[in-house]
Amino acid sequence: MRYSFFNLLKQSFNGHKSWEPAWKEAKLKPHYDVIIIGGGGHGLATAYYLAKELKIRNVAVLEKGYIGGGNTGRNTTIIRSNYLRDESAKLYNHAVDLWQDLTRELNFNVMYSSRGVYNLGHSLQDMRNIERRVGANILNGIDSEVVLPDELKRRIPIMNTSSKTRYPILGASYQKKGGVARHDAVAWGFARAASKLGVDIVQNCEVTGMQVQQGQIKGLQTSKGEVQADKVGIVVAGHSSVLAAMAGIRLPVISRPLQAFVSEPLKPILNTVVMSSQVHGYISQSNKGDLVIGGGVDGYTGYSQRGSPHTLEHTVQAMIELFPFISRVRMNRQWAGIVDILPDACPIVGKTPVKNLYINCGWGTGGFKATPGAGHVFAHTIANDEPHKLNSALTLDRFISGALVDEQGASGVAQH
Amino acid sequence: MLLIHCPYCGEKREEEEFTYDNEAGIVRPTDPEDLTDEEWGDYVFGRQNLCGPIYESWVHTAGCRKFLIVKRDNSNNKIDKTMTVQEASADKNYQEFNSTANSNIKKTNK
Repeated sequence: MRYSFFNLLKQSFNGHKSWEPAWKEAKLKPHYDVIIIGGGGHGLATAYYLAKELKIRNVAVLEKGYIGGGNTGRNTTIIRSNYLRDESAKLYNHAVDLWQDLTRELNFNVMYSSRGVYNLGHSLQDMRNIERRVGANILNGIDSEVVLPDELKRRIPIMNTSSKTRYPILGASYQKKGGVARHDAVAWGFARAASKLGVDIVQNCEVTGMQVQQGQIKGLQTSKGEVQADKVGIVVAGHSSVLAAMAGIRLPVISRPLQAFVSEPLKPILNTVVMSSQVHGYISQSNKGDLVIGGGVDGYTGYSQRGSPHTLEHTVQAMIELFPFISRVRMNRQWAGIVDILPDACPIVGKTPVKNLYINCGWGTGGFKATPGAGHVFAHTIANDEPHKLNSALTLDRFISGALVDEQGASGVAQH
Repeated sequence: MLLIHCPYCGEKREEEEFTYDNEAGIVRPTDPEDLTDEEWGDYVFGRQNLCGPIYESWVHTAGCRKFLIVKRDNSNNKIDKTMTVQEASADKNYQEFNSTANSNIKKTNK
């Protein structure tokens, strides 16, 4: 059922009793053309674009828990594309382009709000890097500009732009098209749109093994039985190494806990996104009014969704440095998700040594922003058995050839 | 907050005193020139990144500054034991873990 004013009116006469579920609860069939492992934003987007653009409709998305229940449903929802390297910036910008019209495309309000993103600089070297990155962005057609402290003070009055602080703000890069979106709505929107096109979304279905014969993927063992597949895509973020190991592949990925927290709801006070990689923190205010705050990854690898309090403390220090008023704000909840980090802070979207097995991983701390773009190019990669031109450099092979795409500088706050 | 027992200092200290180093048992190949690109890439970047009990190396940065081997279940952060590097080299379970950590390299390190 299409979501429209007309349908809303029609349902209201009926007391809103005949809305259909947003997506069908599917039973696992014995065979699929393509199986996507992982029902997060990227996985659901991949399934959607496979069905929509590449007309491959016999697709299943297998999710261990419930869809959007992992990092997709628990992240700081920042969207931007002001990355340094051509190879990655163009992919992130492809995503930003898709975000613009995603609500209409999915017929589901993903609440994309282009409220702008500021990346602060606190030292001369920071400012040199910012100017270089902004220059590179402009050459790649990405909206990006340098903002100086006087202007910053005018735009974000609540921020401490005094020159007397420990790390005074010397300027920032600004991307106007950057912003936030409603993370749950992104998962639900893609799920609903994919399900409508015939994609099976199977929840509570954990993949426990892979059948690989003569270097080719044949099928999967799952907690709901065996299933055959012509092609399989792994889109599982933090657990990428675990899944890849089932097919005998060793990845250059390490998994780390990344923490974030939200405050009690406040009146509107911050109408943009502020990030600082120098003092290590980022902040925005959600539509509900809570401040959404994140920081760096924890110091060790692991899969426990916990994280250590001293990492949290460090983030809070950074935030109080930038926004002194939050020292009196109570924090509502804190959590940690497992992020998959690659040595060059750039993802892998492409083929694996096993034929017909594809992987999308290594987005580290910033995969949410790329959701539609990554899904789009990954769907093309799976359907055509070769990368889309936007992800052709983001191969697994680059860790053999040495052609790394070094995004350590622009990947933001967390990924150090 | 992890509480890690330093086998050199003989005390249980807070995680902040330590720095995480890497998966334990990654040994630099003795003859890098003999390695193929795949093997070298795997040595430099490839990781087991297992979920469950693992061995990892840490440095007691704010203490004795020595490397230690920690056996930790990274799915629940329970630390089973910590060892000095010498103790670890005599530990049979550690040796076994070590051999899979370097599975691709060992072939060339005859």
